[in-house]
Amino acid sequence: MKNWVKILGICLLLYVHTAGLLAEVPRLNILNETVRALYFHVPMWFGMTFLFTMSVYYAVRYLRNPSPELDRKVLEYANVGTVFGILGIFTGMLWANYTWGSPWHGDPKQNGAAIALLVYLAYFVLRGSLDNQEQRARLSAVYNIFAFAAMIPLIFVIPRMTSSMHPGSGGNPGFNAYELDYRMRMVFYPAVAGWILIGLWITSLRIRLKTVEETIIDIEDEK
Amino acid sequence: MKNKLLTTLLSLFIILTAQAQADVEMADTMRSEGKIYVVVGIILIILIGLIVYLVLMDRKVSRLEKQLSDRQR
Repeated sequence: MKNWVKILGICLLLYVHTAGLLAEVPRLNILNETVRALYFHVPMWFGMTFLFTMSVYYAVRYLRNPSPELDRKVLEYANVGTVFGILGIFTGMLWANYTWGSPWHGDPKQNGAAIALLVYLAYFVLRGSLDNQEQRARLSAVYNIFAFAAMIPLIFVIPRMTSSMHPGSGGNPGFNAYELDYRMRMVFYPAVAGWILIGLWITSLRIRLKTVEETIIDIEDEK
Repeated sequence: MKNKLLTTLLSLFIILTAQAQADVEMADTMRSEGKIYVVVGIILIILIGLIVYLVLMDRKVSRLEKQLSDRQR
């Protein structure tokens, strides 16, 4: 990963954490000042979706042309993506507690996100339960594709077909009135980009570390 | 005539919504006292700290990679 990409990511996050608290936001009932949570809660889900998409991309590439290198990428993208998802769930619960009245509201999107995360957690359980390296890589790559295919409708389709308290639900695609506010876009889009770049950075670091680890194991085996 | 009525109604609507927006309770006092900068400062310190930690880890992994490739040769 190029250095300027990392610096860009850092600058975007510094901007977002300053402007996110200081910039003007629309005055809305119930949400009040908590509308700013949008800058921090939603980018977690964008980051997670992006990282899971990368993971499934490498899973498909692995199945077409198996190599341990690709398997490492599938694993680490899923790993960091799950961390983003867990942060998204917890920030969402805190936000929901003050705007919806309780941390877990049985909202379709909230339930869907939780199920999607459980599906991805099962991916790690599957990996942990297989000893043969090649078998583990192949089966988990197949499972990764299924997990992705379950995650997309759970988070992006089903909540829009029913009534959800999340914006953009109940048939309205995309963002609703307060997200359309241009003042919020100025912070929200950089936040999404910044967190995606930082997510990529952390993932690249984990992949490199895993490569070093496996190279050492290979050297030990040769001895 | 019809146009005039429309403009009046529209301006009335705009005034009403503007007033309704001003009524919504926000952390205006905190902002006017300047205490919001304390919060921004604290958040930035944590963020910068975590980023520095990430940079250090990045350098450590680079060092490990170099050591390993040196030994393999």
